[in-house]
Amino acid sequence: MDRKSLNGNLTGWLYLLPALLFLGVFMVYPLIDVFIYSFEEGYNSASQTYFGVGGYNYAYVLRDPYFLQAVKNTFLLVAVTVPLSTGIALLISVGLHSIGPLRRFLQTVYFLPYVTNTLAVGMVFMILFRKTAYSDGLVNLLITWFGGESVDFIDGPYWAKMSVLCLYTIWVVMPFKILILTSALASVDPVYYRAAQVDGTSKFRTFMRITLPMISPMIFYLVITGFIGAFKAYSDVVALFGTDLNAAGMNTIVGYVYDMLYGDSGGYPSYASAAAIILFAIVFTITCVNLLVSGHRMRR
Amino acid sequence: MAEEREKQAVENESHAQKTKPPGKGRVSAARVVTYALLGVWALVVLFPFYWMILTSLKSYSAYNGEYVPRLYTLAPTLENYAEAFTAVPLGRYLFNTFLFTVLTTFLMLAVIVFAAFAFARLDFRGRNAVFVLFLSMMMIPNELVVITNFITVTNLDLRNTFAGLILPSVTSVFYLYLLKENFEQIPDNLYYAAKVDGTSDLRYLFRVMIPIARPTLVTVTILKVIECWNSYVWPRLITDDENYFLVSNGIQEIRENGFGRENIPAMMAAVVVISIPLIVLFLLFRDKVMEGVSRGGTKG
Amino acid sequence: MEVVLRELTKKFPGRGRKNRGEVTAVDRMDLEIPDGSLVGLLGPSGCGKSTVLNLISGLLGPTEGRILFGEEDVTLLPPEKRGIGLVFQNYALYPHMTVKQNILFPLENLKGKARPSREEMLKKAEEAAKLVQIDGLMDRKPSELSGGQQQRVAIARALVKRPQVLLLDEPLSNLDARLRIQTREEIRRIQRETKITTVFVTHDQEEAMSISDLIVVMREGVVQQTGRPQEVYDSPDNLFVAKFLGTPPINVFCGRVRDHRLYIGEEAVLPADGVSDAEVYVGVRPEGFRLCETGPLSCSLDRVEVMGRDVSVISENAASVNAVVRSIVGAESGLTEALLSGPKGREVRFALVPHKVFLFDRETEQRIFRGEH
Repeated sequence: MDRKSLNGNLTGWLYLLPALLFLGVFMVYPLIDVFIYSFEEGYNSASQTYFGVGGYNYAYVLRDPYFLQAVKNTFLLVAVTVPLSTGIALLISVGLHSIGPLRRFLQTVYFLPYVTNTLAVGMVFMILFRKTAYSDGLVNLLITWFGGESVDFIDGPYWAKMSVLCLYTIWVVMPFKILILTSALASVDPVYYRAAQVDGTSKFRTFMRITLPMISPMIFYLVITGFIGAFKAYSDVVALFGTDLNAAGMNTIVGYVYDMLYGDSGGYPSYASAAAIILFAIVFTITCVNLLVSGHRMRR
Repeated sequence: MAEEREKQAVENESHAQKTKPPGKGRVSAARVVTYALLGVWALVVLFPFYWMILTSLKSYSAYNGEYVPRLYTLAPTLENYAEAFTAVPLGRYLFNTFLFTVLTTFLMLAVIVFAAFAFARLDFRGRNAVFVLFLSMMMIPNELVVITNFITVTNLDLRNTFAGLILPSVTSVFYLYLLKENFEQIPDNLYYAAKVDGTSDLRYLFRVMIPIARPTLVTVTILKVIECWNSYVWPRLITDDENYFLVSNGIQEIRENGFGRENIPAMMAAVVVISIPLIVLFLLFRDKVMEGVSRGGTKG
Repeated sequence: MEVVLRELTKKFPGRGRKNRGEVTAVDRMDLEIPDGSLVGLLGPSGCGKSTVLNLISGLLGPTEGRILFGEEDVTLLPPEKRGIGLVFQNYALYPHMTVKQNILFPLENLKGKARPSREEMLKKAEEAAKLVQIDGLMDRKPSELSGGQQQRVAIARALVKRPQVLLLDEPLSNLDARLRIQTREEIRRIQRETKITTVFVTHDQEEAMSISDLIVVMREGVVQQTGRPQEVYDSPDNLFVAKFLGTPPINVFCGRVRDHRLYIGEEAVLPADGVSDAEVYVGVRPEGFRLCETGPLSCSLDRVEVMGRDVSVISENAASVNAVVRSIVGAESGLTEALLSGPKGREVRFALVPHKVFLFDRETEQRIFRGEH
């Protein structure tokens, strides 16, 4: 309680020491360092020298067509998947909440993508959507069967690649959203439903006026985390299109950062840092806007 | 006790009411639509799994002979699995991933248990300031620090070592935060009672706090294991020696260079093998995993 | 073990921006607790009684003053070296351990020579459990026990090391009314059997009065009065103590003394020999009223409550500090029939029992007079 002493102070710090060490070396220091890198012009990782200090790295990145492509891809991915996945997840959760039998089983099934390796299942999606000399792939067969024209989703036109990426991303993020929304729905006190029932409120009106407002904090939470997650998309893209994303024209901002850092196009930590900081600025701004909007909505 | 039972009974009853279909006996249109929607999504989730298992059981020649992929196979074979373990070092990848997962999780647990104990239970100068620092680190995306960590680990000559793989993955501010919150819920009086009985801080931590906080520790462990098993970006940056590949990198390697490029069935066999451990873990600890994820998980 | 507190003071640093000063929780407290006695520390919440308990246990260190256990000065000793047992208000049982493991826990902390063998530990735990009569519950978890049983486990855990002093913090406050009476008898019995010096803290005066050898009434960190329960009840040192002890509480009137006579309103109700003329507070215990048609104190009847052996007459008087005057008259007094049927607002007259009447100074609120027996 109040037997504070030098000894007591020391004990506390001792328990904290490992965490502080790890945090310092692998988070605090890199955080400072990434800013420094991003302003060091012409950094050479072999000789560890640089020419000067300034905004050149940012200017370079912002003019790099690969980066601009990555930004376009990322924004498109975010704009499509966040609303779609949240909406579908809400539909499914409401459906799941309303049924008795099979509920537990379906919950288990819906959660499976969460515990699978993104890279591994991405390969399955790839072979399902791919069109090769030997086979059109299952999806294309279905399309032609319905009278459409087959298209290579993996190596073909941009819109096709984008749509399979969006589909896979939604498939991957769904379990988390369904889980959060079903538990949010379950946490609404049934007393409210009974009260609405007594008042003769229609099901739709009950949903709009009672359920939705009560779970809206969770929906906002999902939108915010969804934005953040989608902006950081990378491994699901690699799973579908391989590691050479620039060539496929499917790179994302995070992918651009790693490509600048490592691999055949790598060795430019300064550009990588500048791109990472731009990404962080975008995510940060959008999160703030989200919070402001949701805060405003909440207060009303 | 009687009260509890009564409460339980009331809850059960209300639950039954909630799940009872409206208009007993009559199958309403809404119900059909609901089940159809849920069924479609279950199909979307399960189909890739079915397809990967199916493909992995088809022989190489059978698979390539199907211009129209068949939805079943009459001649299942395990030769692809043999191929997956012999043509590429899949066993090695699995073992690496296992080792990486166990060591990282264990180290992280050790670090956060002591740190959470210091924050929750001990009183020392500067505690709150350091805690705020930790909290602010929760907002920092991994992409921002990965650049410097890559350079740090490279400079330390730790590329292609387990130390290089594990050490930067140990820090986990969010899990530390979860555990600290849980530790703080343990009544102070337990600590004072233990003090009066002459219990040392360390003994109190191990005999009282850790057992009480076990559910949270299990949650954190599960989340970290999932995270480790699926990690891709960091291992990819830090290893280019096959002997240190984790399953994600392995699968990517297989895709780009292994099996003479087009042996899809063998690839799918590898995908099945690396997917199974987490799925088994999930099915065994379903409720724990889902509770843990809803408390603190996002994918990516 | 005799416990002595000398000039014991505990100050806490003020919390928040506005309150930068110190808060004195215990102010120069002197107390001698005889060996083998059961002492109740009594006072309203926030009076510092729990702080005193924590100071004796060593969980808190005093700002000034000393604590002696017998001849030994334990002021600077950490809790585990003091040989105390402590029972918390919410019992503080380890939820993940069984009853047996909980009771064994303090023994397992012992090191070196002091550490008994496993058989001895089990024997001691068994003895402690028997003493509090929970030896049939040894393998249960705390969550499977009732509040009363948890309380017993907590006491067993505190007793298993044979402490020199047993400290109980609000031991009964988490129990329901029936269990409370049963458990306080139990505490008394255990204390008698073990003869361990026991200090317990309570805000419930009835609890303290019923089982203590000695009660200590505290207010805002200062001891108001120490003594045997009946003694303190019969001659409270000041108005606070008089008001705090007794259910129903004492009735307080504004009165004055003229020519050695006590007046309430315009009526001279009692002789007050040896008191010089002054404005006073008059405290009259509920049992200090006698219904009497010629009695000097006139009140206007509000209602009559019959509760088993007691009859409460509730009436109003202009000089009363409380909203109503509550008097308890024996059911046998015979006048009740008439009263029960009487209309609200009719006059009732009381005579006062001298030794149930106390006079307090208006300014200092100290007692200046008590009626003769």
